[in-house]
Amino acid sequence: MSGREEVLARVRAALADATPTPAPAHVRAPSPVADVADLFVERVEDYRAEVRRTAAADLPAAVADALAGVATVVVPDGVDAAWTSALGPGVARPDDGLDAAALDQVGAVLTGAAVGIAVTGTIVLDHGPDQGRRALSLVPDIHVCVVRASQLVADVPDAVDVLAVAVGGGRPLTWISGPSATSDIELERVEGVHGPRTLRVILVADA
Amino acid sequence: MSGTFVGMPAFPTAARKALEDAQLRSNLNHATHTIRDKRARVVAEVDDWEDLRVAGAAIKDEVLTNLDTYLVRLEESLTRAGATVHWARDAAEANSIITGLVRETGAEEVVKVKSMATQEIGLNEALEAAGIDAWETDLAELIVQLGHDTPSHILVPAIHRNRAEIREIFLREMGEVGTPAPAGLTSSPPELAEAARLHLREKFLRAEVAISGANFAVADSGTLVVVESEGNGRMCLTLPETLISVVGIEKIVPTWADLDVFLQLLPRSSTGERMNPYTSMWTGVTPGDGPQDVHVVLLDNGRTDALADSVGRQALRCIRCSACLNVCPVYERVGGHAYGSVYPGPIGAVLNPLIRGTQSPVDKSLPYASSLCGACFDACPVRIDIPELLVHLRSRVVDEKRRGRPSAEGVAMRGASWMFSDSRRWERVQSGVELGGKALRNKPTLGRIPGASAWSDARDAPAPPPETFRSWWERERGR
Ligand code: SF4
Repeated sequence: MSGREEVLARVRAALADATPTPAPAHVRAPSPVADVADLFVERVEDYRAEVRRTAAADLPAAVADALAGVATVVVPDGVDAAWTSALGPGVARPDDGLDAAALDQVGAVLTGAAVGIAVTGTIVLDHGPDQGRRALSLVPDIHVCVVRASQLVADVPDAVDVLAVAVGGGRPLTWISGPSATSDIELERVEGVHGPRTLRVILVADA
Repeated sequence: MSGTFVGMPAFPTAARKALEDAQLRSNLNHATHTIRDKRARVVAEVDDWEDLRVAGAAIKDEVLTNLDTYLVRLEESLTRAGATVHWARDAAEANSIITGLVRETGAEEVVKVKSMATQEIGLNEALEAAGIDAWETDLAELIVQLGHDTPSHILVPAIHRNRAEIREIFLREMGEVGTPAPAGLTSSPPELAEAARLHLREKFLRAEVAISGANFAVADSGTLVVVESEGNGRMCLTLPETLISVVGIEKIVPTWADLDVFLQLLPRSSTGERMNPYTSMWTGVTPGDGPQDVHVVLLDNGRTDALADSVGRQALRCIRCSACLNVCPVYERVGGHAYGSVYPGPIGAVLNPLIRGTQSPVDKSLPYASSLCGACFDACPVRIDIPELLVHLRSRVVDEKRRGRPSAEGVAMRGASWMFSDSRRWERVQSGVELGGKALRNKPTLGRIPGASAWSDARDAPAPPPETFRSWWERERGR
């Protein structure tokens, strides 16, 4: 018998006397969130990530500010050209197939996002055109992430709903809640291990 | 390489040794209390926490009682998404599949994301025997690996090491296997984390093969989920060309929508955060993004034995959050090593005998490694009734003994005389229970006299048996 056949046979034998449990009704408690944007900002800051709110017109300046002092920033192809319009010449560079070692030499990455979750202070990337492949938002040490107010949802179940389409399309997802962190040494929280050690979130009001 | 647990001494012996180690005890005490408090705070924020627990248990029960259907569905989804699915009956088969896959790539090393399943099967040792270096990339696992040690906690495997010890290990060992620790390294946690970042970055950037586990596998879509904090998981899941994930057959959830329940339950129960820093989800192969050669090894290794036990089956709901460890008065005192398994604490005390059987001395003694205070059940996000399972497994052990194996009377009498010989012991037992915050709860067992307990003659918290000593004695003597 192959491993597959034998494991399945063992499962069936183990369940011979079991009554299959019916699928439970799906629970979805409403999350009473008064102001989704306020809560999102508060919760992201709780992770010691930097958040700034800006009007759409001021976004280029906010991006330039968040990237001050950075020599090169990799920018996925789908990022709106306006976002990088206030950067110095030559700072933004496209993703032209940089390998991991080359990405390690890049100072920062600028991306959009798919969803922002207020209750947990989470940003979810579905790696669409304004977010790029996963390595881009992983290897550089600074991640500047632009979230539009219209992308905010209250809680995790809302986000799971919104993301169903991306998952159905086979896209990978990265859920980010603050900068990388460890508590492995005597449970003392240290921000910044392998992922970007600095996460700057820019929340743009809808135009 | 991390040591294995093969040949570990039985729980009482190991527990006695651990209790002698004051440093371990103080580290564990600090750690379990810190996480316990954080967890309590973030759980209290969620109004419908009880509904979520009930839903989590119900989703898992439905999967487990229809597991054959869901396994086949997961296999179909994964295959459709470009992954290759392998099935492993046991640890040896899983190790040989994985070793073969790594060999095919020509790689001589792999990077690993913390995975309990790969520890359970002793994968690092199998790879080492095949001449393949396996680098653990989780900070705690790195500490354990460089310290030639075994993990002591599901969530913080190096909880038994303090910062000074970690500094020493880094200075001594890092240079032996790659980028050395910076000269002048102090024992401040940020500096130690920075040393780990530098040491591992070299390995991430050149890695060709990664090995992971998965917290969840979605049957409908073939999506795998890894929940983590440091970003080492993202590195392993993104940069190498080949990704091999070892997934226990109980890790399935039916649909994408079901994840909402578990993504709320797990981080709050585990690290006591509203959400863990990083969660990666991938569905087979994504063209142009991440590993293009994706394998999934579905692992039985005793899980179907647990599934066949109609009471024990519920232990397979476990999402490995470690909340039950942090509230356990026994675990807090002896640490994880005493359980002789990668699965320590209350869940280990039931899961190990269920998946390994109750033949070995350690597996026989594990169901007694508890005071039945019930704190573990209250903390468990998927409502596993660990006290019920402990009692169930104790009777299994007792039944086996009565079938002609070593005398239960001897053990019982030793336990009882130990008990009566020093009244302070009894007081300590009771204060231990109060530490769990749940004195006696609805399990009226502590007022009884300890009996056939291998555990009780070694430690502070004797294990009350599922029946009174008197009735047990009459039953046994009257045989
Ligand atoms: S038994 Fe429950 S509390 Fe313990 S690790 Fe598993 S899921 Fe968490």
